[in-house]
Amino acid sequence: MRIPCPLCGPRDLREFSYRGHAVGLDRPAPDAGETAWDEFVYLRENPAGPTQDLWYHEAGCGAWLVVERNTVTHEITGARLASEAAS
Amino acid sequence: MSRLIARAPAEGLTPLDADGTTLIELPMEPITAISPFAGQEKAVNAALKPLGLRFPKPGQSLARGKARILWTGQDQAFLIGVAPPEIPGAALADQSDGWARLRLTGALAEAALARLVPLDLRTGAFPLDATARSLLNHMPLSVTRTGTDSFDLMVFRSMATTAVHELDVAMRSVAARQDGG
Ligand SMILES: [Zn+2]
Repeated sequence: MRIPCPLCGPRDLREFSYRGHAVGLDRPAPDAGETAWDEFVYLRENPAGPTQDLWYHEAGCGAWLVVERNTVTHEITGARLASEAAS
Repeated sequence: MSRLIARAPAEGLTPLDADGTTLIELPMEPITAISPFAGQEKAVNAALKPLGLRFPKPGQSLARGKARILWTGQDQAFLIGVAPPEIPGAALADQSDGWARLRLTGALAEAALARLVPLDLRTGAFPLDATARSLLNHMPLSVTRTGTDSFDLMVFRSMATTAVHELDVAMRSVAARQDGG
């Protein structure tokens, strides 16, 4: 599997580590309430199709990426810097 | 008072030679990490201008006289070979003692690195002055093409012995295959 890093170009999977769904970028406010925090910490979609994950380009540029991948075909369809996705 | 003896990271481990392809340790030079603050790229470029350099783009390295600057990650570059100028728009960190710097030169250099580095380092994909962060087997690596058959490699100082060992095995393996073919 190769991930197209926006800074480094297409790179081998071994250079990256995985965190989880990109919902991690949408952290609720501290006072958002129990429901919002319960969803953020514990509840995840389980899509058959496109999804977005956070990957860390640990052995490359050191950037966090939002990687789009298809859970059915395993195709990687894009990646962008998390710093830009979050702003 | 104890006498401390300065040692280079790979002291005594190089030079190595495999069929004319050589591995040497580069002399210890000042290495400074430069991380521009948000929106300060212009100020950083202005500060580097007296050296004939600017902040490099991803994958780019620039050399002028004794000084080389190479991109080493998101919003980070290493200035090597000269003391850093005042750069008000950036965080600077002295990395001089943190890295082992090696130079692999010769006809078998690409083939040896192909065994250890998950990148296409052939000239077409990785031309002169191209630089990348990647892996040397399991070690974090900075690799820069400094000649038609020459690469400068940087690994963490603590991994110098392992890096030289890995490169030695790869160099001898590709040399042996050549002899057999
Ligand atoms: Zn990268």
